[in-house]
Amino acid sequence: MSRAARRRRGAAAALAAGTALLPAACAGGGQAGVPLVNLYNAPQENLAAIVARCNTEARGRYRIVLNTLPRDADGQREQLVRRLAAADPGLDVLGLDVTWTAELAEARWIREWTGEHARQARAGTLAKPLDTATWRGRLYAAPYNTNVQLLWYRSDLVPRPPRTWGEMAAVAAGLAARGLPHYGEVTGAQYEGLVVWFNSVVASAGGRILDPGGTRVALGPPALEALTVMRDYARSKAADPSLPNTQEDSARLAMEGGRAAFEVNWPFVYASMAANKPDLLPHFKWAPYPGIHGPGASPLGGANFAVSAYSEHPEQAFQAALCLRDPVSQRTAAVKDGLPPTIEAVYRDPAMAEPYPMRQAILDALKTAAPRPKTPTYQNVSTTISAALSPPASIVPPVTLAKLREQIALALRSQGVLP
Amino acid sequence: MNGGKGRALTEGQRAERRLGLWLCAPAALIMVVVTGWPIVYSVLLSLQRYDLRFPEDKAWIGLSNYATVLTSEVWWNAFWVTLLITVVSVAIELVLGMLLAFAMYRAIVGRGLIRTVVLIPYGIVTVAAAYGWKYAWTPGTGWLAGLLPEGSAPLTERGPAIAIIILAEVWKTTPFMALLLMAGLAVVPEELLRAASVDGATLWQRFTRVTLPLMKPAILVALLFRTLDAFRIFDNVYVLTNGSQGTGSVSISAYHNLIGGLNLGIGSTMSVLILVTVAIIAVVFIIGFGTAAPGSER
Repeated sequence: MSRAARRRRGAAAALAAGTALLPAACAGGGQAGVPLVNLYNAPQENLAAIVARCNTEARGRYRIVLNTLPRDADGQREQLVRRLAAADPGLDVLGLDVTWTAELAEARWIREWTGEHARQARAGTLAKPLDTATWRGRLYAAPYNTNVQLLWYRSDLVPRPPRTWGEMAAVAAGLAARGLPHYGEVTGAQYEGLVVWFNSVVASAGGRILDPGGTRVALGPPALEALTVMRDYARSKAADPSLPNTQEDSARLAMEGGRAAFEVNWPFVYASMAANKPDLLPHFKWAPYPGIHGPGASPLGGANFAVSAYSEHPEQAFQAALCLRDPVSQRTAAVKDGLPPTIEAVYRDPAMAEPYPMRQAILDALKTAAPRPKTPTYQNVSTTISAALSPPASIVPPVTLAKLREQIALALRSQGVLP
Repeated sequence: MNGGKGRALTEGQRAERRLGLWLCAPAALIMVVVTGWPIVYSVLLSLQRYDLRFPEDKAWIGLSNYATVLTSEVWWNAFWVTLLITVVSVAIELVLGMLLAFAMYRAIVGRGLIRTVVLIPYGIVTVAAAYGWKYAWTPGTGWLAGLLPEGSAPLTERGPAIAIIILAEVWKTTPFMALLLMAGLAVVPEELLRAASVDGATLWQRFTRVTLPLMKPAILVALLFRTLDAFRIFDNVYVLTNGSQGTGSVSISAYHNLIGGLNLGIGSTMSVLILVTVAIIAVVFIIGFGTAAPGSER
């Protein structure tokens, strides 16, 4: 047999094997007809353990297959919406960032939670996270984990934690004068983190970005005050020169590397500090998120599980989602991966005490936390805001505010060009 | 091939030609389907209001997407940034590429080694190389950032960030330019250079009076290829800044509107405008400067 002929034979065999695989993959049936539930979620180290427990508990009713999305939120959203827009039946349970609910619900890409499923998803769940899974009064997801940013500081450098952005700048100036690490890290890069910061400072000033219906721009005098506070902070001694390029992870690294004296960040930094720099941990303390005249409104984050409209096994997908976010799963996520639970009772679990010493601070912050605006065009609104505010040191409060008003109004109608 | 003049084709030649056309047909058809249809489709999309999140609002709106894009500050900023990156990077690449081409062509010892070393940047995946540059310029992790004064973060400022994008682009594609130019060098007859040298021409005179005029077709083709490529720059910008601080190229803008914003109308409008610009560049090169397509008679 000639080489070419052999290669052709090989190719034909590969093609045949590929075709043979197709029907099985398309039918979504696993061994012995167990329906496969495809979970798409952001990377989370111990999620596989949570999935494994749920698969055992399912006793053959379904089998969850874990698929990991990209690390950054934009990459996650892009993959999900691209496939949902193409009516891809290969997605069943979707791990959603709290800001995507309105967009996916309005596009009818995710199913409403009703009846017994909705009752179970609501039972014992904290109010703020539950609200992020709701759009126009209907429930579209089951809250999995919540998140609030806190102020993290090194008590060896900063004996009394600052309560406002102004106090942070003053403390930094004092440290700088003594030649000590003095940066106060904040997510100032042109991305969602900058919107998170802006939203919290506006809320701390008593305002909001959009009206409660999510259809009109609010902003106004509180936004003007917020812009001034952010501009002044970005020009103060507390500002890392990398501030216009700082994301959550670079903030954490600056703190662990000893460049920074404090940071505002999510609680995952505590577990990270314990693992990477145990000698700094005894001095690594937390305090409420800074505000303008006193403690501020923390940014509210987190993730919820939704069921795709194109899922071929919706009933199993709802059950799988409920198991993935039940108290046992949430405790695993909290203890092993540092993700704050959405079920209040989990915070009282004795296993939480050691890895989660800041749990009361999280519960307190959740009471005043500032959710981001709810609108189906959140992506447009967010991109517009981060472009208008970047770099924060160049903000000219009245001019920037006028620009924000005009561009957010366009973004809400999905008109105009996205930067 | 000069079959074009033949009126005296024999029956056999005509049959052969028919067969030839039939054999080409499947390939030509596939080309039309995979390149022609997407272009037509994006033109059609650019005439509609079409946001994937609001399927009910889909409507034909004529040219208003074009009005929106062409009156947008964001688009024009991206356009001028792209043009700047294109002109500066292609100019630098031409000079460096010419030097490298000479080095590769004239080297007596270690020719294989020189050619291999020169081509390494071209062989590295752009995204991987771009991450290398990104980390190198990030304070705290980078060796290049460490050379700068304390407290500078070049990727966070517009001017330096664009300079770094150009640097990454030049580093990456100069070998390609050098390869194309080396092919042009090979067509300069050795006797001509020797004759010029006997007539007393200096090295510089031989370069400007003999080599350059003979290489002009190759240079123009190299410039055309690189300009078209550079105008569509995406991966370096995507990794290094993702368009923040006004450093986005037109392709980055189109991507953000299409994929991030799910706005098929505006995004397609941008894609069509990029296609039109690229076509204009090609026409200017071919008609204005007389660039000939490689392999043609001119």
